[in-house]
Amino acid sequence: MAGQACRISTGGEPRGPLCGMGICFECRATINGNAHCRSCQILCEPGMEVTTDE
Amino acid sequence: VSEPTSDVAHDVVIAGAGIVGAACADECARRGLRVAVIERDIVGSGATAAGMGHIVVMDDSDAQFALTRYSQRLWQDLRPQLPDDVEYEQCGTIWVAADEEEMAEVWRKHDCYKKRGVPTEILDAQTLKRLEPNLRDGMAGGLLVPEDGVLYPPCAARFLLERAQQRGAELHLGASVAEIGEGHVRLTDGSEIRAEVIVNAGGASAPELTLGIEIKKRKGHLVITDRYPGFLRHQLVELGYLKSAHSLRSDSVAFNVQPRRTGQILIGSSRQYGAEHTEVDNDVLARMLRRAQEYMPGLATMSTLRVWTGFRAATPDKLPLIGPWPQDKSVFLATGHEGLGITTSLGTAKILVDLITGAKPEIPAEPYLPSRATKECTHA
Repeated sequence: MAGQACRISTGGEPRGPLCGMGICFECRATINGNAHCRSCQILCEPGMEVTTDE
Repeated sequence: VSEPTSDVAHDVVIAGAGIVGAACADECARRGLRVAVIERDIVGSGATAAGMGHIVVMDDSDAQFALTRYSQRLWQDLRPQLPDDVEYEQCGTIWVAADEEEMAEVWRKHDCYKKRGVPTEILDAQTLKRLEPNLRDGMAGGLLVPEDGVLYPPCAARFLLERAQQRGAELHLGASVAEIGEGHVRLTDGSEIRAEVIVNAGGASAPELTLGIEIKKRKGHLVITDRYPGFLRHQLVELGYLKSAHSLRSDSVAFNVQPRRTGQILIGSSRQYGAEHTEVDNDVLARMLRRAQEYMPGLATMSTLRVWTGFRAATPDKLPLIGPWPQDKSVFLATGHEGLGITTSLGTAKILVDLITGAKPEIPAEPYLPSRATKECTHA
């Protein structure tokens, strides 16, 4: 995901993972229906549904 | 008010710029009184910032009903003038009944509101689930009060005060009142302001300026989540809330959640007597969040942004103190609103200024007069 936007801020800016350690909250994505998950802190699993902002 | 003497610069000085003080300033200025407001912190920084902003009709007593309904109508009238940041939304309240016993309370409340001309709708279990799909299964039903709403209290207070200032009101921020009485306001820096009438709108701090007011601090916690648009549509309050809010002694928590325009969810509520510090009480917070999750399990996985606390100004009879303080004819009170100050600020301001100017209030003021409290005190 590095360099890619995974969400759009409320101000309309593209945002992507920065710290990679759960502090900056920039990597948030909707995972299995739960919004605002810090994707850098969650291990990928088969069948996991990950939604990022368009 | 008698003709102001030449050396009295103000008709009214208000101590406290919470939403009640702000509303009183606005009403004074609207009626042409020369008014000043003194606030030691910033506008709306006390209980106003720790209130949910639920504009709600309540029926614990006839007097509480009269003041909340009167005030709600005033908010509805004001709505077209409210700036966008006040975020007024008429989302309605649903009083949630968890079981058949609480469903009986739904019917009682429905009859009571109907008699008094407040529209309500009884919801069966299926309708409740359709309106709020994220409530857990098995709820008995609820009562929808569609005219209730929500707003963002600090911005509402700021709007009222700015409108007062546009009409000539003075605002003194960062000034602390040391003493009031006999037409004088003495600040902690030693300076004095003279006024015909001094209004103590100090919320839970009001007894510091007017000794003998029967007000206790009742601490509350609030939690706000990140944005989850669509999760919640109405202000939801458990009917068990009535049992817990009425208990005077013990700490209590209740399920009380509110949808914000941003999609954030504001989660309450807790009530504690005897807690003097603003720190978050983790035990109370945990109980409050557990209670919320019992009603809405989906809250458990949500991300929360902030937890904070505040102090309600609680009176023994659950009614505010509005009007002249019997022990000093220059002092009027506008405090003791406990958890209803955001709703009742506008009605309080109308009644208070009616009493100051000798006009007849639109609803009977007797239940709120501070003299009733001192009477009780003497007889106790």
